[in-house]
Amino acid sequence: MSVTAKNLSREEFFYGHKACPGCGGSLAVRNALKVLGKNAVAVLPAGCMSAVGFNFPQLCFGNNAIISTFAGTASMLTGIEAALRIRGCDFTAVGFAGDGGTADIGIQALSGAIDRGDNIIYICYDNEAYMNTGIQKSGLTPFGAKTTTTPAGENIRGNIRPKKNMFEIAAAHGIPYAATATVGYMTDFLNKVEKASRIKGTKYIHVIAPCPSGWGIPESDTVEVAREIVDCGLWYLAEFYEGEFKVTHTPKEFTSVENYLKKQGRFKHLTAEDIKIIESSRDKKWEKIRKEWV
Amino acid sequence: MASKFLSGNEAFAEGIRLARPQVVAAYPITPQTTVVERLAEMAEDKSLDCEFIHVESEHSALSCAMGASAGGVRTFTATSSQGLLYMAECLYYASGGRFPIVMMNANRSTALPWNIYGDQRDSLSQLDCGWIQVYAGSAQEALDLALMSYRIAEDKNVSLPIMVNLDGFILTHTYEQVDIPTAEQADKFLPEFETDNKFDFDEPKNMAFSAGPEYNYAFKIKHHNAMINSSAVIKKAEGEFYEIFGRKYTGLIEEYKTDDAEYIIITLGSIGGLCFEAADKFREKGIKAGVIRIRYMRPFPREEICAAVKNAKAVGVLEKDISFGNEGTVFTNVNSALQSLDRHIPSYNFIGGLGGKSILPSDIEEIFNKIILGTEGPASTDRINFIGTEVQA
Repeated sequence: MSVTAKNLSREEFFYGHKACPGCGGSLAVRNALKVLGKNAVAVLPAGCMSAVGFNFPQLCFGNNAIISTFAGTASMLTGIEAALRIRGCDFTAVGFAGDGGTADIGIQALSGAIDRGDNIIYICYDNEAYMNTGIQKSGLTPFGAKTTTTPAGENIRGNIRPKKNMFEIAAAHGIPYAATATVGYMTDFLNKVEKASRIKGTKYIHVIAPCPSGWGIPESDTVEVAREIVDCGLWYLAEFYEGEFKVTHTPKEFTSVENYLKKQGRFKHLTAEDIKIIESSRDKKWEKIRKEWV
Repeated sequence: MASKFLSGNEAFAEGIRLARPQVVAAYPITPQTTVVERLAEMAEDKSLDCEFIHVESEHSALSCAMGASAGGVRTFTATSSQGLLYMAECLYYASGGRFPIVMMNANRSTALPWNIYGDQRDSLSQLDCGWIQVYAGSAQEALDLALMSYRIAEDKNVSLPIMVNLDGFILTHTYEQVDIPTAEQADKFLPEFETDNKFDFDEPKNMAFSAGPEYNYAFKIKHHNAMINSSAVIKKAEGEFYEIFGRKYTGLIEEYKTDDAEYIIITLGSIGGLCFEAADKFREKGIKAGVIRIRYMRPFPREEICAAVKNAKAVGVLEKDISFGNEGTVFTNVNSALQSLDRHIPSYNFIGGLGGKSILPSDIEEIFNKIILGTEGPASTDRINFIGTEVQA
């Protein structure tokens, strides 16, 4: 049965934490755990969610959960999965790592786990920078974004490199299941989590999770901006399953990229020329998606 | 009990087989490789019922072992040198998380310059990571430590990881006749792994958490206390080990003719045997020579060393280590212990074997000669001596 707003569990597994108002990451973790249930064993590396959730004696996970080393989300999941399987437990091993923890420091361990085919779900909540340490550029910071380590000045207008494509990197391993999602389309995300929980082997889900303080948006706009990134075509909702790429939501017509960018403080400095570059890279990607994906 | 001609690594692997870890996670590095190769073969032929996990780095090896330990099963990993340094972050994590993991470290020189041969700079650089550290003197002791380590690590008063160090090549790759206990004996000595420090589906746990200034200090002191407690647990485990296997171990240090010894070499690892022989030679000449082989560097045997040097006129610390800009780390630790005596014993540092350079019997005789000279005061013997090399400080 598919997950809907109506049948989503009322049980809470992540509460009483110190996440900022409007935090997209905590929304992703909270709702994914509702889908996975009380037998989920969660691994969270150093990062926002562990920083806000595990302050002894204020421990905020209602299910079994552990902080891993920054680089060690996937490798710790591997050990947990092996041990609990050996002991005959009924469980789901799930990791929640940020963009830096996934695409930068944790990519080696993640690649190792996919290579071994470990039976785990790895969820990357992507807020597009190292937000916990104060908005520094990560490998998933998009082109043009201003961060504290990619300031927008006269010479360089923010981050000059595009986002690493973690979804396709995961897929290139021949992973059983990978998906992209956003907290702006919550049921799409949660159904992907639910589907992942039924597939054996390694599963990777990449969910866009805006950070109001890092993105420079009002706390009330997290979900709206997380929808708009899909509506304007800068992010796409897709799956890689049984060796095939498939789009799970196709916008009929893209909304304005400029509107999406200009409402965020981190993109305020972009020129019309910069926005053109972003639009043209979006169009190129979608041309490929339409041609090659199901 | 069977007897086999085995290398240190092979003997250690036999000990691990008898300890029945359920998860083995390891990444290859010379000279550790043969121990994990043997374990992989044992997993294949089912003489060891374990999950052998091919991790992609040492960092992941220990991270995986921590996950498995948090999942409630006995775990093993092994490394050496750069691998140990690469997993350094996880060393602190594993001990702070109180995961009773056993890890073998093949003592090897650290780069740069690159070198695969044995010295002790890798593990001694990690003395402060909160692990129990033990140094094997022989392949037989290595096998026995594989079994004993789990007993000690998993004791509820300890609950700490243990690093068992074997001198690279000199011990890991040399062969000796080794007694291999039966599985029944091993099972009698080492019960199944039981811990409360694991996930629980009835009472879910949040593990490896943060603790601010208000609580962090207390956790650190508890960690320290556990390390101090381990000393008694080590002795108790060795007592029971003797009852079942008939081999006697002597706690944190091994003493050789120290009772009346006036000149003592304090060392660690497999070089101990050569030192014992040198002491005998001096005894034949009527000189009261003795040796202390430190077995455990953590917890540090302060009281044991102080008791063993009661008749010493001078001591020398022989180690394959240097803390650049200071001295050998074992020397620093020993001197700190000697401070608690009510008399001053002159002590000298003998640094050798760096990058695998051989330490010869003649070098050890020279060390004894320098210790004897050293009773005449600091002018006669240098405080720090680099042995077996033309290059001097």
